[in-house]
Amino acid sequence: MIFNNVYVKNGFSVVGPKEKEGNLGKFFDMCLENDKFGEKSFEKAECKMFKTAIDGVLKKSGTPPSDIDTVLGGDLLNQIVSASFAMREYDSSFLGLYNACGTFAESLLLGSCLIGGEFKHKVVCISGSHFSTAERQYRYPLELGVLRSPVSQWTATGSGATLLTDNPKDAECRITRGTAGRVTDFGIKDVNNMGAAMAPAACDTLMQFFYDTGALPCDYDRIFTGDLGKLGKRLLAELMDGNGMNIDDKLHDCGAMLYKDRQQTYQGGSGAACSAVVFNSYILDALRNGKFKKILLVGTGALLSTLTSFQGESVPSIAHCLEVVACG
Amino acid sequence: MKKENERNLSVKDIQEQSRIKKYANDVKKTPYMDFVFQRSPKSTHWKNMFWAFVVGGLICAVGQVIIELFVQNGVEQKQASVYASCILVALAACATGLGIYDNLGRFAGAGSTIPITGFSNAVVAPAIEFRSEGMIYGLAAKMFTVAGPVLVNGIFVSSFIAVVYLIFGV
Repeated sequence: MIFNNVYVKNGFSVVGPKEKEGNLGKFFDMCLENDKFGEKSFEKAECKMFKTAIDGVLKKSGTPPSDIDTVLGGDLLNQIVSASFAMREYDSSFLGLYNACGTFAESLLLGSCLIGGEFKHKVVCISGSHFSTAERQYRYPLELGVLRSPVSQWTATGSGATLLTDNPKDAECRITRGTAGRVTDFGIKDVNNMGAAMAPAACDTLMQFFYDTGALPCDYDRIFTGDLGKLGKRLLAELMDGNGMNIDDKLHDCGAMLYKDRQQTYQGGSGAACSAVVFNSYILDALRNGKFKKILLVGTGALLSTLTSFQGESVPSIAHCLEVVACG
Repeated sequence: MKKENERNLSVKDIQEQSRIKKYANDVKKTPYMDFVFQRSPKSTHWKNMFWAFVVGGLICAVGQVIIELFVQNGVEQKQASVYASCILVALAACATGLGIYDNLGRFAGAGSTIPITGFSNAVVAPAIEFRSEGMIYGLAAKMFTVAGPVLVNGIFVSSFIAVVYLIFGV
């Protein structure tokens, strides 16, 4: 897919306290003091983060809410309730998406299609997740004392929103090309080892992107994957190497870079918030001040539910790839 | 040094496998699984066992101390054990509520899960977690999500043994 006039106007990221203490703490626009965000339940807090992110990006770019044509986004909860409930308060149309942790890349891809195809002028792409809500949906209750697997990841708390426009004025960067991924399943059944399940999907999408566009890894300053974690990142590098593409030195993973080692997240962060908050803070900053000229964002998602994993199914995965180029 | 065959697993090979797998989800092992397994960090068994031993031992020691105290104060041995269990369960429930027990379990593993305190934790944790869905549909309905299977199996096995005992009298 090639997009001609899709510009990223601005991004806004809101994160939880644990993410603030991590490696990228200083880049985020807003950090919560505590996980509950002054709400009664974690679900409500996630919903409020969603609204905060939308309001934040609108305020930052000086756009009134009435100017937004469509909001694209989703989260990890059943029936993507956080996104839908947050959207009760806005007048713009809403398209709910779900690609697990790849939701953010999916929303950017579709947002770019809407703008590139001249259907819409201003679109907000958003996704978010919350450690406590995801944990209780996918794993164990929070207070249960259990050992975590060394291959497990930590669902990031946060929400990231990006405003896409067709107006090049004041834009930070452009989305120029993209590849939508296909569902890949290499038979990983360990639900904790999502990095291993998602690495082949990322590899498949990246190879397809390079094949379609004729681009090479050396054209890019960085290749960011969504939330493969440290193990998944290493697996991806080796898989790409097996295909004759050496991306070792370019490859960075939003999940792996989010936390410090001593924060005991094992393989790093995961969750729909992961790529969303890193893209809207660190990556956009770097594109703005010229540190990066051209990057790839590969949003990865493990499409599992507790139901399927208890029924003995493996973990299918998906990845979407986007090329983001700095303006000017 | 990495072995030759480790490095040269190309995505094509794996993709072939996955195409087959799409239609036969119950294929037990694929080359990719080996590939992943070789690179995954392993559980640190010795460290885990050490902490499980220390923490599990400590919990049991605390229980024993409580029993001894009761016995010294003139309670019968059998009754003292029951009292000690009750106290340990109550303590663990409080520790769960205060968010201490999950931190303990994170490094002690089985050391904190197997003693009676672990059972208390397994009941209280979901009860706290699902409080937000109300007293009946949340707390009461989800209270035994973790401990439920243990209860079901425990009750089933003990009734089975009781029947065996009744018939054969051994």
